Amino acid sequence: MNNTENSTNDDVRLMKGNEALAEAAIRAGMDGYFGYPITPQSEVLEYFANECPKRGGVVLQAESELAAINMIYGAAGTGARVMTSSSSPGISLMQEGLSYITSAQLPCLVVNVVRGGPGLGTIQPSQGDYFQATKGGGHGDYHLIVLAPASVQEMADFVFEGFRLAEKYRNPSMILADGALGQMMEKVVLPPAGSLAKRKYDWTTVGKPATRERNIITSLFIQPEKMEQINLNLQAKYEEMKKEVKFEEINTKDADIILVAFGLSARICQKSVDLAREKGIRLGLLRPITLYPYPYDRLRELAAQVEFFLVVEMNAGQMVEDVRLAVEGRKPVYFKGRMGGMIPSPEDIFGEVEAIIEKQSISQD
Amino acid sequence: MENIQSIDGMELIYKKPSTLTDTVFHYCPGCGHSVVHRVLMEVVEELGIQDKTIGVAPVGCSVFAYHYMDIDMQEAAHGRASAVATGIKRMLPDKYVFSYQGDGDLAAIGTAETIHTINRGENLLIVFINNAIYGMTGGQMAPTSLLGMVTSTSPYGRDKNLIGYPLRITELVANLPGAYYVTRQAVYTPNAVRKLKKAITKAFQYQDLKKGTSFIEVVSNCPSGWKMTPVEAIGFLENDMFPQYPLGDIKVPQDKPETGPEGKNN
Repeated sequence: MNNTENSTNDDVRLMKGNEALAEAAIRAGMDGYFGYPITPQSEVLEYFANECPKRGGVVLQAESELAAINMIYGAAGTGARVMTSSSSPGISLMQEGLSYITSAQLPCLVVNVVRGGPGLGTIQPSQGDYFQATKGGGHGDYHLIVLAPASVQEMADFVFEGFRLAEKYRNPSMILADGALGQMMEKVVLPPAGSLAKRKYDWTTVGKPATRERNIITSLFIQPEKMEQINLNLQAKYEEMKKEVKFEEINTKDADIILVAFGLSARICQKSVDLAREKGIRLGLLRPITLYPYPYDRLRELAAQVEFFLVVEMNAGQMVEDVRLAVEGRKPVYFKGRMGGMIPSPEDIFGEVEAIIEKQSISQD
Repeated sequence: MENIQSIDGMELIYKKPSTLTDTVFHYCPGCGHSVVHRVLMEVVEELGIQDKTIGVAPVGCSVFAYHYMDIDMQEAAHGRASAVATGIKRMLPDKYVFSYQGDGDLAAIGTAETIHTINRGENLLIVFINNAIYGMTGGQMAPTSLLGMVTSTSPYGRDKNLIGYPLRITELVANLPGAYYVTRQAVYTPNAVRKLKKAITKAFQYQDLKKGTSFIEVVSNCPSGWKMTPVEAIGFLENDMFPQYPLGDIKVPQDKPETGPEGKNN
């Protein structure tokens, strides 16, 4: 994920997360973008609207997220490297299309700059779409590859990784960011253009030459035997994807307590770890970078070492279910969350750690 | 089969186009779909564009259009065929792209996609099969069902006070500046089939001009859904459907290009 090598001064910029993501997509050789404006990610479409006419690539403002995701279906079927982006309510509208795209095994990148919900909700940052992103989201048995950036740098880097994984597995990838990551400005080292090779496909619909059979892109397999086989193929693919699991560990080696958090929450938890260490509490942090596939195995290993886990999310407790699945009751798994666009502070989280320690020592007395 | 030029000294004057597969059509007796499929593929064969044509199938009776058309095809979600076609055409602007959609797909669930595809003037062809009923799901009311028409979801006849009027979406989209060629055809007589073929040929050729969307409605039938024999269904077309959906060109290109179907070579 480190693209700092071989970078020139031109590649170091101060950018908004949304803009860094869009610039990275152009450098990643994106052929087409189809999207619809929604706060807090409209800068993505605006960036492409400015840049694509000068630098190549199709950009189209669709009439809805419904149309946009179906344009993605059509365009991805030609073998083009395509992406869309939206925020929570718009991503909900795309679920039908994502189910079809996954069944038809088309690669594409979808970015969700999450805002608080449910409903029209708020434009403030949230992690409330974890379930939707990681458990399928639409109808049927499928998964997206889900990457969770925690910095503007990763907003840029994960575009490359998202395209790479999508194309490797012929499965849509999602970057699950949030309104803060989209809007905040940070230094970013932009990945070099042209560094992501394009694959040659034999399944695309580009016009049938006499030399091959026609190609059909469909998600319709009306015979149950065939439909089951398609499902088995998908499940085999998801099994294969497990090797792509990525996570980051901070101060976990000697940790008695481990925070588990992704994206912006993990960024905040880093500071909580510092606060704890200053007080002599051996606190560590595990940050899943891929939310699907999920680092179940590593969490299970760490369960042997720690007193308890505290999962921190900007939602009512979604990823905590996966941590509990990994830990399987070996150690307590606690949860601390804020919702509706509210963001926990490092002190809030450290305060929760202290409160749990206090409670545990009382119950032991 | 394709190589047979004569049988017992007889001249071969009619054959299945090479662009249709050998798969037997699953359509009901008397249904217009197979005729429209065939005409489309005849045109693709005659224009020599099999290797440059991508079709988009809808959800509806023609969901399996790709079983029959020997071209690269995509199967779209219900109502989204023109959005899918837009995605294809934007990535491959020099290829020929068409969507093939029924009345429920195009004029109910996909109305927004239909209107905006045409309003953007996407350089593709939309083939709209209007048989005023949902055939595949068992004969439910369509947006184009006629007033008084009995279907499984309008068992007392379509009542304008309850569910409104038959939607003439073809007249509606003809008002959009992005629409280049809009026509309403049928396949109930040999002459009608010939006219449809001419319209489809022009619509493919217009894609070279990159001047906007071609939209061809085919007023078709559904003997099974209408609970009629194929012959009775033709009577219903003539007496009931055509008064509501009159045949003929609705919007023809105003400019007269040097080349293309309006040029002197045609």
